Amino acid sequence: MADAVFLALTVITIGSAIAALEMRSLIYGSIALMGTLGGIAGFFFLLDAPFVALFQIAVYVGSIAVLILFTVMLVKRELIFKKIEDKRRKFAGIGLMLIIMVSLGAVFLDSGIKTITTDEPAPNFRDIGIDFVTYYWPALILMGLILAGSVTGSLVLARREDVENDQRAN
Amino acid sequence: MTSELIDFTLVSVALLGIGIYGLAVKRNFIRMLFAVEIIINAANLNIVAFGRFLPHSGGQTMALFSIAIAAAEVAVGLSLIIVAYRMYQNVDIADFRSLKG
Repeated sequence: MADAVFLALTVITIGSAIAALEMRSLIYGSIALMGTLGGIAGFFFLLDAPFVALFQIAVYVGSIAVLILFTVMLVKRELIFKKIEDKRRKFAGIGLMLIIMVSLGAVFLDSGIKTITTDEPAPNFRDIGIDFVTYYWPALILMGLILAGSVTGSLVLARREDVENDQRAN
Repeated sequence: MTSELIDFTLVSVALLGIGIYGLAVKRNFIRMLFAVEIIINAANLNIVAFGRFLPHSGGQTMALFSIAIAAAEVAVGLSLIIVAYRMYQNVDIADFRSLKG
């Protein structure tokens, strides 16, 4: 049963990752990206990590994918459907992808990872919470500061200098 | 749980390959951001899978940190796209050559 779910998730994740990059329309591409992110959340459920899976759904599928969708909508219509790439580069890219997949896959298959199995219970969200407030608390504060800084930075970046405040009011 | 660690690792290798293909071939800024997202997700999947099989709670903690930092990265990346689009009226990175020093 779990293997069937795993196979289905693999097909959804990898298929929609390819679709996200290859679909003609950027809007459909970003919806396909939502499929990839949702598939990864499914893998997290299979790995007995429901907290991370729900975090992934809330942050990635819920906010990042929607943010990308809105940015795509700000772009001109003909640019959304225009595909910019040349054939030779594409074949070189496919070659690079295959080399990476085959070589890394061979390294992993040849290593001792294959024999790793576990019967122990998965770490639950209680352990994660304790980790966050004990060992990782400086990193947690730093992460909060980085998030605040990046949101402020992106607001400053996207602000239009040529529009006056009274024009904004209208 | 019947799936092994190697299965999850191979899925993340495939996603990494697709992401690198996207970064190498696509010239559209937004599609390159998609490729970066796919690579980050492949890394997260690997971290959580190893954390499950060790087993250690550090894997899930690191994945949560990684997801939060990726959210910050996307926010900055999208605002850079908006600024570049406003300046050049295009999302083709070949047009952004004047950013070169």
